[in-house]
Amino acid sequence: MYIALVMVLVVVGSILFHILSPWRATPIASNWGFIDDTMGLTFLVTGAGFVAVILFMAYCLYRFSHQPGRRAAYEPENQKLEAWLGIVTTIAVIILLAPGLLVWGQFITVPKDAMEIEAVGVQWNWSFRLPGADNQLGSSDVRYIDSANALGLSPADPKGQDDLLVTAGELHLPLGKPVKVLLRSIDVLHDFYVPEIRAKMDLVPGIVTYFWFTPTKIGEYEILCAAYCGTGHPQMRGKMIVESEADFEAWRTAQQTFEQSRKSDAGRDKRASAQ
Amino acid sequence: MTDASVPQNVAPPPAEVEDVELYHAHSWITKYVFCQDAKVIAIQYAGTAITVGILALVLSWVIRLQLAFPGAIPFIDAQVYYQSVTMHGMIMVVYMLTAIFLGGFGNYLIPLMVGARDMVFPYVNMLSYWVYLIATLVLVASYFFPGGPTGAGWTLYPPQSILTGTPGHEWGIILMLASLILFIIGFTMGGLNYVVTVLQARTRGMTLMRMPLTVWGIFAAAVMALLAFPGLFVACVMLLLDRTLGTSFFVPSIVELGEHKEYVGGSPILFQHLFWFFGHPEVYIVALPAFGIVSDLISVHARKNIFGYRMMVWAIIAIGVLSMVVWGHHMYVSGMDPWFGFFFAVTTLAIAVPTALKVYNWVLTLWHADIHFTTPMLFALGFLVTFVNGGITGLYLGNVIVDVPLSATLFVVAHFHMVMGIAPVLVIFGAIYHWYPKITGRMMDERLGKIHFWITFLGAYAIFFPMHYLGVLGMPRRFYEMGETAFVPASATTLNIFITITALAVGFAQSIFFYNLFKSLKYGAPAGGNPWRAASLEWQTPETPPGHGNWGKQLPVVYRWPYGYSVPGAPEDYLPQNAPPVRGERSP
Ligand code: HEM
Ligand SMILES: [Cu+2]
Ligand SMILES: [Cu+2]
Repeated sequence: MYIALVMVLVVVGSILFHILSPWRATPIASNWGFIDDTMGLTFLVTGAGFVAVILFMAYCLYRFSHQPGRRAAYEPENQKLEAWLGIVTTIAVIILLAPGLLVWGQFITVPKDAMEIEAVGVQWNWSFRLPGADNQLGSSDVRYIDSANALGLSPADPKGQDDLLVTAGELHLPLGKPVKVLLRSIDVLHDFYVPEIRAKMDLVPGIVTYFWFTPTKIGEYEILCAAYCGTGHPQMRGKMIVESEADFEAWRTAQQTFEQSRKSDAGRDKRASAQ
Repeated sequence: MTDASVPQNVAPPPAEVEDVELYHAHSWITKYVFCQDAKVIAIQYAGTAITVGILALVLSWVIRLQLAFPGAIPFIDAQVYYQSVTMHGMIMVVYMLTAIFLGGFGNYLIPLMVGARDMVFPYVNMLSYWVYLIATLVLVASYFFPGGPTGAGWTLYPPQSILTGTPGHEWGIILMLASLILFIIGFTMGGLNYVVTVLQARTRGMTLMRMPLTVWGIFAAAVMALLAFPGLFVACVMLLLDRTLGTSFFVPSIVELGEHKEYVGGSPILFQHLFWFFGHPEVYIVALPAFGIVSDLISVHARKNIFGYRMMVWAIIAIGVLSMVVWGHHMYVSGMDPWFGFFFAVTTLAIAVPTALKVYNWVLTLWHADIHFTTPMLFALGFLVTFVNGGITGLYLGNVIVDVPLSATLFVVAHFHMVMGIAPVLVIFGAIYHWYPKITGRMMDERLGKIHFWITFLGAYAIFFPMHYLGVLGMPRRFYEMGETAFVPASATTLNIFITITALAVGFAQSIFFYNLFKSLKYGAPAGGNPWRAASLEWQTPETPPGHGNWGKQLPVVYRWPYGYSVPGAPEDYLPQNAPPVRGERSP
């Protein structure tokens, strides 16, 4: 008896914990509300399955526990029942999968008008690069990295000269504009992770990866690294500041271009000390 | 359900394999040390696996103490923390779970359950254990080398695993890779044995569709392991070359801490594909034997045939096949071509169907059953709860877009511990309580067993269930310390402290089990040959514990499936597989 009761209590306790838990997803600050919705749907469908299976089990434990003289029924299989259960499960899986894949389709389709920016990871800090007046990022290669060129931009690429370099780990973004974040690592795997925007993606040395989102809430958010990258991994932090278009423009014009940074000795020293 | 062809009143033909005098051990050392008897090898495997498992358990306390009381314990720095995480994870998954299910239960149960005298290649079987032992020693030895064991995370992702920002990059990583290579060599010897024994050494009447699900589960897992481990093997060899000879299989040109490295052109993502081509099947290499064993525990202790046996077999095979093509779900945010996401999400969620069918059949077995709440049964029920709980969170992580926010958070840690940490461990305990009487001839103490069960089951649930919510909150895994982080409320620390205290309590409570295990060797009640009144062959041996060669003079002859429980018209509520047929019987 008490065993069935404990199983029921496990189910009830789990549900209560879910309802009362103060640990919930952070308030969303991007366009990826669909991700939260898909997760909510998943919770409902799978939660119902969990409750049904465990309660059914608890009922059997209560009803069919051994008593003197009891003998179990003999029923090797019931193909009709098994087929039905298979069909119902398949439908439930499709209910989860279909919206999931639709949202994934959006996730990998970057809007044409998205602003391209670059986030660069290195053990253990973040840098960023924004396109300059030409609206294009110049090419880069780890070969070019030295103390004066921490991000390894091609010195010869005209597109890169006006690129804005942000080395203090603080990224500003305008509210409501889609951004495509190009991700580049110059040493090991890292992962650009801001819980409030829901999206994340690895930085992989040797290739450029990307993801996109639209910031929807003004505020200051912490950037973490979500791919283990050595002992300094938890300290690899940055800041993402979402602000109005005007504030963003003001910030942007204050940033140094690649060309300036190479010309000014001050810039060189600053970068060397950031190493 | 097909009718068995029941020979009426025909004396069974003589067994084809006579007991062979020659291969019996003649000295103490060939009987207990370099022994070729699968049953002894099984104990050696299990003993070693449990020993390193205890090390891994202690390491989990180190991790938990740091997460709850960051900085409070002087000897835990970032280096020690990451080394502990890595060794804990790798030992638990490979050196403990894989070894105990295949090397331990596989060796003990396959020959007995299919009615064989031993594994078909006893000598190779013995080598398999010794290579495994050396692999384990090499791994543990890394604690005594400069720099200590590797702290690369159990996934060993390059470039980080072989660079200087990672603890143990001097020797630890080399020993880890060498140890894995040895483990795989040892496993391959054992795995071939399990597969060939199941296919070739079954006794007369033991058709494939009359094998206990335990054998089916272990058999399918062994086949999968033989297909999946080579992926890890080549990945280890290539990574070892990258580390020692400076080849560039996995490392492109990089600048590490301001220094240009010699590497050029390698692909870090290639390693991830190879790793998870092994790593995902690995989950099922652990799970399928557990599925099989739990089916048998439920059936015996509920005195009812497992419901839908044929469906259970086909589900094992379907899961085995599908699980070879889902590895990409570990790489949704790895930077691989995002179009793969569609494929891997579909295959991953497809596995949910056969898996759910297995769950339904387990609980349906309880319907109209005669449930005895023995310790093995309790552990089987605990498995059902934790497995269903961990299984449904797999539907979150498999559904590519839902994985994006949850990946690399504590949600993942909670999920895989529930489904492949706790659930299989509960099965291991249940299985030990269940087969201990056959192995030793004595019963384990039921009262201590039940106390052990409730603490372990409820405790483990209390450790890992709340952890999901820290993951939903966004707390990342593999963080030595959270530090000041705006989105993490102070209450998260309170929860972490609760989890740690529970983990310590559950850990220490395992001493109840070990006390029971050793005490019962001497003081346990004599078990007799078949204390659970079970129908499968291993309980019908002429001696308990079974002697070398298992069956005395004659191999058993099998007349029916292993689930002859509560058969109408039978005198007892079980019909052993080798009991001569009853007139009019219609067993599968
Ligand atoms: C009561 C027992 C256990 C406790 C308290 C425990 C606790 C933990 C903790 C706290 C972590 C680190 C999570 C993080 O990165 O923040 C961890 C990692 C891990 N555990 Fe366990 N664990 C236990 C048993 C197991 C078992 C039985 C398995 C077998 C599957 C297992 C497999 C792993 C793996 C694979 C990792 C990941 C290691 C990595 O990130 O490289 N654990 N465990
Ligand atoms: Cu990191
Ligand atoms: Cu997987």
